[in-house]
Order: sequence, then structure tokens, then C-alpha cells
Amino acid sequence: MSEKPLTERIESEGGLVTMDAYEGSGGYDVARRVVTSMSSEEVQSIVRDSNLRGRGGAGFPTGVKWGFVPMGDAAGDGHKYLVCNGDEMEPGAFKDRYLIEHDPHLLVEGMIIGAYAIQADRGYIFLRGEFHEGARLLNGAIADAKSKGYLGDNIFGSGVRLELAVHRSGGRYICGEETALLNALEGKRAQPRSKPPFPPASGAWGRPTIVNNVETLCNVPSIIGNGAQWFHGLGRGEDAGTKLFGVSGRVNNPGLWELPMGTTIREIIEEHAGGMQEGYRLRGILPGGASTDFLVEEHLDLPMDYGTIEAAGSRMGTGTMIIMDDTICPVDMSRNLQHFFAQESCGFCTPCRDGLPWLEQLLTDIEEGRGEDGDLELLDRNCELIGGAGKTFCLHAYGAIEPMASALKYFREDFETHIRDGRCPYNHRG
Amino acid sequence: MSEATDNLIETLSQQEIAEIEAEITHLPDRESAAIDALRVVQEHRGWVSDESLHAIAKLLGMSPGALDSIATFYNLIFRQPVGRHVIMMCDSVSCYVMGCDGLCAALKKKLGVKLGGTTPDDRFTLLPIVCLAACDRAPVMMIDNDLVTNVTVDGLDEILGRYQ
Repeated sequence: MSEKPLTERIESEGGLVTMDAYEGSGGYDVARRVVTSMSSEEVQSIVRDSNLRGRGGAGFPTGVKWGFVPMGDAAGDGHKYLVCNGDEMEPGAFKDRYLIEHDPHLLVEGMIIGAYAIQADRGYIFLRGEFHEGARLLNGAIADAKSKGYLGDNIFGSGVRLELAVHRSGGRYICGEETALLNALEGKRAQPRSKPPFPPASGAWGRPTIVNNVETLCNVPSIIGNGAQWFHGLGRGEDAGTKLFGVSGRVNNPGLWELPMGTTIREIIEEHAGGMQEGYRLRGILPGGASTDFLVEEHLDLPMDYGTIEAAGSRMGTGTMIIMDDTICPVDMSRNLQHFFAQESCGFCTPCRDGLPWLEQLLTDIEEGRGEDGDLELLDRNCELIGGAGKTFCLHAYGAIEPMASALKYFREDFETHIRDGRCPYNHRG
Repeated sequence: MSEATDNLIETLSQQEIAEIEAEITHLPDRESAAIDALRVVQEHRGWVSDESLHAIAKLLGMSPGALDSIATFYNLIFRQPVGRHVIMMCDSVSCYVMGCDGLCAALKKKLGVKLGGTTPDDRFTLLPIVCLAACDRAPVMMIDNDLVTNVTVDGLDEILGRYQ
């Protein structure tokens, strides 16, 4: 059985996996078996036992989430929805694009099985508006699946109904937040909702809805096909399965690799990404994208799994790492990060809408030599005011504070030097 | 509907209306197609004018004000005219580490525009955009629907030359 369920077909095809290639290697067999001979409860049970955790960044156990959806008569009248979060926009993340552009049928099959598990009759792939190729490929895959009877009124001849459609996003980072995504799907401004209710109780158009990441759903066919124990066997540490890990920054070989959960940060950076380029030294790592806390050299031997990285004060998040090298000014990089978070705030909650631009302004002042005594204490205090739990409807601002507070922790001396000397000592390219 | 309403909707082409109606078939109600409808019209015209906005609002059965509050929320919906080609330059953190600030400065100088500006010959509009999800190939930008990766200052002339 496979060790690389997410990428094996892509590797053997050397590129895009067509419908013929997908079916030729057993694709859609699992969905057929699920829909014609298994119960929804059985499917949920296997996924729960597999300990598959959400691959979008939060790591919530997928089977447990599915279990929150009311089933049968308890769901009331109307549609139930499975929504794939294909709005990959976390700076540093590029793994969902890879899956969509190379193996769209894997996502379609994953959605068929996921929808069956929660008795959803409607599915949407909420896709980055910028993914033009992805939209073309997914619409093509959906049309192909429909023409073969794998989608529509009577899928696999079972009497079960499932329609899938692609929604192309109008473009805002906050659309990646589950409830903001649902508002955007409904054609509105992508503002997160106050929770509860959570989507399984009241989601798209008030109906029971599950939102799952692309990579999460792509794991589902092989988990049902090979079993929960097989999935556990793929992981090296506490977490099950494989993960698409990525590295960007001044490394020799930036890219993406499917590796066991629990692979160490060092192995990913040094073996797979080829280590730092000549003339650059590693200074900091954002292990899961922009909204994760910095780690530093002392953390290189940590395994990439959810619990270990959390215990180290960060988050595995998307598993795509951004490397800060020693030519990068931590103050200016923080400014770039807060510019992003400030701009992408939906504007609803005061600590986020007003606090993040304030952070950006303070960082710009410090970077450009206008820092004053007390500015660092002000940044510290703002981190508490903006990022504290429960102060906002969503975790956007909390995510912004992760790299900010950790930069102040690990690179405080750089901030102090800027203020003391009234200038940035780094040589900025351009 | 009144004749005035029919006339307004007629400012949209048959093709645009057909594409918008096709989107509506996937949704439980017409207003839910607001973003799709804006995108359809923009694909045909390059941007969404006030006149188009009013026409779409009438077609979907919603107020123009509500539709504008949606249109102005999203990065990819343009409520101002753009040039023949739209350059979207990523300025998020991985592109930053790989030198997008210098690249952006070079591009602004070459085109003679600020961010948000359009060249006098209407050829290019230059906009910043957030992470394009191709970070291993940073710096990255999009021109129209094309993703352009591993962009260098030296390579800019050749890249821009593909878009007349």
C-alpha cells in the first residue's frame, strides 16, 4: 500500500492526472464502494479512528467535526452542504494549489465520500479567484465525473444525490475563515459570524454545513480505502498520515514534499529544501505560514506535528514554512506582515480594524528611524489588547499577533537597536 | 417589471445575462450570485462601472447600495477603469523575503506609475496583491489571468513585452 497517497499519482503521471489516469489507478473505486455498500456512520467512524486532523491550519479532528452534523430527520428539511475551503491565501502556503492543479479528481472523490458521510446533497469548492487554471481543471473534473454518473441525481446508481459546483472567490484573505467563507459563498461581504451557532448546526443559508480544507479532503479516499491503521502507520510521531510540507525563502531548493507527519524541521529544511543558499544564515522560521509564531535555530530538531509545535509556542498551521535569513530585518519583516494583516481585516471588530494598522504604523516609524522610548512597551501592550482570546469574532487578529509577539521575544535586540540608533542597520535590497 | 427596469438590465449583454443566470442555477436564491455576477461583468468589460452595478443589482433583485458594499469589499473586483492589462504584484512575506520591494520599485519606475495607477497609453494598471500561493517560486505576480513566477528585475522587459 502507498506511502504517499496525496502525490503518488502525480509523481507517476509526471504532471496532471487525467480522468483516465485517475480511474486507471483505482480512482473512484472507493467512492463507489462507499456510496453503494457502506453507511454514513461507518465512513465517519473510519475517519474518526484515523485521527485525520484538519490540514487547513487549525488541526481540528475531521471525523469529530463531521459527527456534529445532524443526520436523518434531525437535520430537518432542506439541503446539507459540504464546502471545500480552496481559498489558500495564507502567506507562505502553496500546497492546496499543487493538489488542485495536478490531481483535481482526488479532491472530487474526497468530496463525494465526505458528502456521503454527512448526508450532504450539495457541495461547493470555494476557490481562490486567482486560480484560473484550477477553476478550469476542477470544473472539467466535475463535468467528467457527472458524465460518468459519479455526480448528479443518482450517483453510482445508488439513488443518492450530490451536485458539486465551484465558487470563485472575489478575493480577500478573511474568506479563508470558515464562517466568513460561508458569508462569501452566500454572495455577501466576507465577515466572520459570531459563534455559536457553528456551521454544522447553522452554516450555508442556515443549513448544516461542514467546511474542510483541500488537503484534508484529499486524504479521505485513501483512508477509507486502506483503513485507519494504515493511516496511523504513515506518521512518525503522535500524528497520523502524511503532510505536504513546504519551504519558501533563501533555501537552495524551495518547494513542496509529501512526508510523514512528525518529520523534523531540520530534515525538511536541510535535506529536502537543500539548506540555506550560500551567504545566507537561518535566523527565524514561521513554521506554518504568516500567522504562526516564529521559531528559531534551537527548534530545528522538533518534529512537525500539531502538539509538539504548539508546545514550543507556535503552530504547525499549513505546514508550509517561511524562512527568515540573516539579511532580513526583523522589524521590516514584521512591518510587511502587519501591513498584510491590517489590510485584510474585514473591519468589523475594533481591536483588529484599528489595532492592526496602529501596529503597522508603529513598525514603520521604528523601521524608518522615528522610534521612541516606550514604543516597544506599546507594541507589547497592543499585542495583548489585539490578540487576546475572545476579543474578536474570529482569530484573524490573533493570527497577526503570533508573528508580532514572537518577533518581539526572539529579535527584541533588533527593535531596541533601531530605536536607540534612529535607523535600520540592515542593507535593504532595492 | 417596468420599462425603465427592463432598459437598465438591457445594458448588460445577452451573453453576460446568460452567464449570470448559469451561476444562479447552482444557488438557492438570486442575491447569492452577487459576487459571481460582478465577476462575469468584469470579465467582459474589465471593470464594474456604476451603470453596470445598477444593472446587475436590478437583475438580481437587490439594492445597488448593498451590491456596491459587496463589490468594494473584494480585491479582485475593480470599481474603477483599468488598462488593457492588469499587473498584480504580490507583496506578502515570502515574496518580500525574495526581494519583491526592489522589484516593485523597478516596475513602478519602468511604467512611470504609482501603485493603483494606469500607464498613459492605457496599456498597464499596476496593483499590489496579497499572497498568490506560489511561494516556492517567489517573487510572483499575475498579469491578467497569467501567473508569472521567479520574476527578476532583468526579466521585466521580456515579461511586459508579452502584453501589448
